[in-house]
Amino acid sequence: MSKQAKHWEKTRGLLFVTLAIWFVFSIGIFFFGAEMEASSFRPLGYPLSYYMTCQGSLGIFVILIFWFANRQEKIDEEFGYTEREDD
Amino acid sequence: MTKMIKGKFIDNLPKIYGIYTGGFLGFIILMAIAESAGMSAKLIGICFVAFTVGIYALIGYLSRTLQLDAYYVAGRQVPTVFNGMATAADWMSGASFVAMAGGIYFKGYGYMALLVGWTGGYVLVASLLAPYLRKFGCYTVPDFIGTRYGGNLARVSAVIVLTVASFTYVTAQINATGTIASVALDIPFGIAVYIGLASILICSMLGGMRAVTWTQVAQYIVLIIAYLIPVFWISNKMGAGFFPHFMLADEVARIAELESQFGLGTVKNSAADLATVPKGLAGITKAHSSVNATPWAFISLAVCMMAGTASLPHVMMRYFTTPSVKSARRSVGWSLFFIFLLYSSAPMLATLSKLSLMDPNLATGIIGKSISEVQALDWYQNWNQANLMFVSDFNGNGTLDLNEFFMGGKAVVLATPEIAGLPYVISGLVAAGGMAAAMSTADGLVLAIANALSHDLYYKIIDPKAETAKRLIVARVLLFIIGFAGASIAALEIQGILGSVIWAFDFAMSGLFFPLVLGVWWKRANAPGAVAGMLLGLASGTAYLIWVRNGGAGFWGVTQLTFGIVGSLVSLVSMVVVSLMTKAPDAATQRMVDEVRIPSGRTVLGKQH
Repeated sequence: MSKQAKHWEKTRGLLFVTLAIWFVFSIGIFFFGAEMEASSFRPLGYPLSYYMTCQGSLGIFVILIFWFANRQEKIDEEFGYTEREDD
Repeated sequence: MTKMIKGKFIDNLPKIYGIYTGGFLGFIILMAIAESAGMSAKLIGICFVAFTVGIYALIGYLSRTLQLDAYYVAGRQVPTVFNGMATAADWMSGASFVAMAGGIYFKGYGYMALLVGWTGGYVLVASLLAPYLRKFGCYTVPDFIGTRYGGNLARVSAVIVLTVASFTYVTAQINATGTIASVALDIPFGIAVYIGLASILICSMLGGMRAVTWTQVAQYIVLIIAYLIPVFWISNKMGAGFFPHFMLADEVARIAELESQFGLGTVKNSAADLATVPKGLAGITKAHSSVNATPWAFISLAVCMMAGTASLPHVMMRYFTTPSVKSARRSVGWSLFFIFLLYSSAPMLATLSKLSLMDPNLATGIIGKSISEVQALDWYQNWNQANLMFVSDFNGNGTLDLNEFFMGGKAVVLATPEIAGLPYVISGLVAAGGMAAAMSTADGLVLAIANALSHDLYYKIIDPKAETAKRLIVARVLLFIIGFAGASIAALEIQGILGSVIWAFDFAMSGLFFPLVLGVWWKRANAPGAVAGMLLGLASGTAYLIWVRNGGAGFWGVTQLTFGIVGSLVSLVSMVVVSLMTKAPDAATQRMVDEVRIPSGRTVLGKQH
């Protein structure tokens, strides 16, 4: 397998992990809106359903993107595809 | 000469915007002093709007340019964090600033899907598209489609989808600038719309993307200050907690308690009573925090907003302006961080605003007071005159009940400081913030459309030999025409702000989501497939919208707000089927896709093209 094919395989792997996490917090948990509301776990005292829509999921997305960017940079570095600074 | 100033300018950005922020805070304090010295509310509003718009115009003028790559992609040297701020302003429109908290206020949990959708979409932008399109080196989104798939038909189809989606969006933004200008400057809406347009054009005409970038950073600073100060202030004034985001659990619970006490959902208004309510105003009929939508209603709206986010060209083109692929990727994270600051505050604002209105224990509460007392309130009279607030004693008991209060969704954010009894200087600040939000998005949108028409339609197809000067003149003339057309349609007030914006996302998703994503992630995708995907997707989405608007029953619970689900499914299926039935892309195209997938090396398209 060529260097570029390996790089792309790893990149695709990272994409699937990222999208899986994204799916859970943007779609998955909202199948259970009523269950979340009834849950006794109440972050900061808010109902869980309310908390996830106004802070929880949003904050997770921010962290997820930075995590993804770091991982992708590592993959690019590993295969020598990092851009030169003056590019 | 401009080049020299620009080099210095980029290095000094933190200092320049630091001074600017300090200056703006100083201006707010100055206005507060002027208010206590007896300056009239009207004059304060005018000062706020005029001062901020004047600064944007100045930045727009200083950023004028005669170079193609500066006009189209800001010279590709916008630093990561600043591009994040500019994108946040580009993204957060009048809908986010003025209408979103209002939507949450009236519809509760069901509309909070917008918060999830409008942030979750950035994960798709970062992982699926932005870095790859940056590596491509295109000027516009149709530029990517046209080069990746090849052929004028693909390019033109992309221009069509872009224009439909962005134009729907821009009319809503000009509507928002008109609403704010008419309230703050006290002039009729029909005229205010054109004043809004003039300010938008000043910011973008001379300097294109470069000017829009630096005004958007300035606008972000104004809008975030204008959104956060009232939230924190009201929360502290009410004694709800000094950091509202973490401390409003009791208030959320209290609203639920008051809802049942005031008979929310049990007392219904008769049709005859409702007919007396001015058009466009809504009553509080949905629970504030409890789950009031089916999982599918919530998820389908969130999905449409996420896929739409990843397909809207004015957002995508912001990532063409970064110096590298790496910084494009990080810049998406920063964009979402800056957006998060406002989005996580919107539900808090809705909570505080609603509680100050509903709670009889608070001095500001009006529910349960006598109708004549409420009608005598200053702020009620102002907003009633603007046709954005209405009360009526339907049951004739002399007091105002919860079901007898009506407000326009766009008034929630603008009127809250007054309702909560804050000094007028805060209302002026909020008006300036709303203006900044609507203008920054309108700038980005008008530029996206004009650039697509001037670069992709005029230069690439009609006159490929045109010189730089001529191309830039055509770009500016188109900018003017599109802005004017947008304002004329906005003046007709066909659809509310939030509704038009949601439609724009559905249009973009229907026509562009899969052609963009598959262009990077599926080598086998070819031109006939992409054209089929774009045109059939857009056509079927539009047909579904028209059908449902005219009383059609719809299917799968897809409403007029989520028609992108139908459009994008048709787009995906037709794109895959047609691609597989026709010839695979040639070796050169396949190599181009390989090239796009690695960050290092030269962009696919040259610096000037």
